[in-house]
Amino acid sequence: MNFDLDDDERALQAGIRDLCRSETNPDHPRALEASGGVDRDSWGALGTAGVFALRLPEDGGGVGLATTQAVLVFEELGRANVPGPLVATHLAAGLIDGAAQGQICVGLVERPATGPAVIENLAALDALVVLDEEGVWSVPPDSLEAEAVPAPLDPLTPVHRVENLPQGESLAAAEDAARWRLEGGALTAALCVGLATAATDAAVAYAKERHQFDRPIGSFQAVKHLCADMLVRAEIARAATYAAGAILDDPSAGDPVRAVASALLLGAEAAYANGKDCIQVHGGMGFTWEGRVHLYLKRATVLRTQFGGAAEQAETVAAAL
Amino acid sequence: MDLRTSPHEQAFRGEARAWLSEAVAALPPRPEPEDWTGRREFDTGWQRRLFEAGYAGLDWPEEAGGRGATPGEHLIFLEEAERAGAPYVGVNFVGLLHAGPTLAAEATAEQRARYLPPILRGDEVWCQGFSEPGAGSDLASLSTRAVRDGDHYVVNGQKIWTSFGQVADFCELLVRTDPEAPKHKGISWLMLPMDTPGIEVRPLQTIAGSSEFSEVFLTDVRVPVENRVGEENDGWRVAMVTFSFERGTAFVGDLLRTRELHRSLAALARETGAWDDDEVRRDLGHLGADLDALWALTLRNVTQAERGSGVPGLGGSVFKLHYTQMRHRLGDVALSILGRSGLSLDDAGREHVRGWIYAISMTIAAGTTQIQKNIIGERILGLPKEPR
Repeated sequence: MNFDLDDDERALQAGIRDLCRSETNPDHPRALEASGGVDRDSWGALGTAGVFALRLPEDGGGVGLATTQAVLVFEELGRANVPGPLVATHLAAGLIDGAAQGQICVGLVERPATGPAVIENLAALDALVVLDEEGVWSVPPDSLEAEAVPAPLDPLTPVHRVENLPQGESLAAAEDAARWRLEGGALTAALCVGLATAATDAAVAYAKERHQFDRPIGSFQAVKHLCADMLVRAEIARAATYAAGAILDDPSAGDPVRAVASALLLGAEAAYANGKDCIQVHGGMGFTWEGRVHLYLKRATVLRTQFGGAAEQAETVAAAL
Repeated sequence: MDLRTSPHEQAFRGEARAWLSEAVAALPPRPEPEDWTGRREFDTGWQRRLFEAGYAGLDWPEEAGGRGATPGEHLIFLEEAERAGAPYVGVNFVGLLHAGPTLAAEATAEQRARYLPPILRGDEVWCQGFSEPGAGSDLASLSTRAVRDGDHYVVNGQKIWTSFGQVADFCELLVRTDPEAPKHKGISWLMLPMDTPGIEVRPLQTIAGSSEFSEVFLTDVRVPVENRVGEENDGWRVAMVTFSFERGTAFVGDLLRTRELHRSLAALARETGAWDDDEVRRDLGHLGADLDALWALTLRNVTQAERGSGVPGLGGSVFKLHYTQMRHRLGDVALSILGRSGLSLDDAGREHVRGWIYAISMTIAAGTTQIQKNIIGERILGLPKEPR
């Protein structure tokens, strides 16, 4: 048993962190809105770095890593709040040409039981994958009758509404759809852990720098304890998410269905609650558009609706008790 | 990073499992909670069996008489002990988890040779004399006074929250030896024999109706100077060593028992029909997720302890905060499942009602939730100290 990062894993994390620093620029979210929330040059750079081909075998042009390591990479992507359908394109790598290299952008949506499908980043998509009980389906995005949702809650994730989602062409079987949900859930939890951590870091930095009553606000217990709660949520979610990655790689170590549900439940909760607390620590400045810390909370509102949502995750864990 | 166990760890698990199943089957009947003589006999008897089988002080260094096992092996043993329904550390708690490891790290060779083997064998029981009525969260302000008189200290003062005080042979005692020095610099760490004249132990009744801890009154108690551990006035540093043992694997047994409690609560909910309530079922699911995360965090803390990496205390404080808060929520769900049949500390469902009331102490003992948040804020996040 060795449940801590090894040197290679630390190097992988540091590499992705550097890449995110140089390649992603969410400074102008309104500019990204027009391109569907995706900057194609950055997307290509992520592809070249191996973000999408991470788990493909080396002889197939991939990086040959496992889900355990993919979780670390997605945590860093979340920490930098890198926009775009990262999880979907990663899952589609090896199945849809060009996804592995970041040459194309692949989206993903669960087929809704009733009502319209709400699809993220549609304007940027080259391919769209639909998951349902029967399997994985491919639907050409430009064939859809879609209506842009006005004023998307997360400016980094524009969404479209599609009333009639066609069946599409079969891409993979029902077991694959189930596997995609688990792997996608773990990687989404990792994005959430990254967001929750970034929100903590931003709140702590501000609490050290902002002075009121002639001293840094972080010296007051009322503020300090908010920051401590943020750290605890992020660390708890991180532990559950790392475990989910390791259990997906080695199901003898636990129940993957329960582990992913636990990770996603705690991850989404941490990202959302930390997003709010980060704004609270920033006070009025946190409520301004220019303050930018709102982007953590807003991304969390999108991620927490993916792969089920809190009630469904809690039911999944309960069913495993 | 992986969760696989090594062939060596698997072999260790098999050996521990085989021994535990026989040893637990051979246990005498368990004493009643308030039968302190019986509890001492039962707990020290179990410790004796662990010692004879080579499982005492599993995580203690070999030179201290322990087995020098890795934290990973220690974790495996605790898991197997819980699985087998083995007794918990009980009255040996302070000796095995606090005083013993502190002595192993800080005491002289003579002191170690005298005091460590009886702890491991279950021959001597220890209690803790740290907190005082006027020194709780601000422990360093303690005022129990020790005045040097030849080769003795004469101690006067009062200690509180002394677990197992009524059955202990020794007390790890913090005293003020220099009242003029700044508060952290005038404290010494003494080993107090509990049969010394001038000690009065008065059990305190908790809100659970039990008497786990006591007040200890010290009047002109003479303690040999050779019973001091560490230098005079260097006791705060020694106490910090003691606290560092509250990190690492000290909570693992608790967590494993909480997993069992949660499992049995889910079974009870299914029995009573409370399971059909969406809120109850989802709360239980959420608590399951919390337990998964806490177990994973424990594995990470243990790995980091094994490698000596990681920020010291980070995992421990995070664990303690989240664990104790989830215990409150577990208790809340238990009471809502039990409804009006949960209005007794000693009826059907008593483990859950007692678990609920015990949880209330958990966010207070060993550093309150509020003190833990200060520690995280100041020592981990680097936020400035509150003006004091």
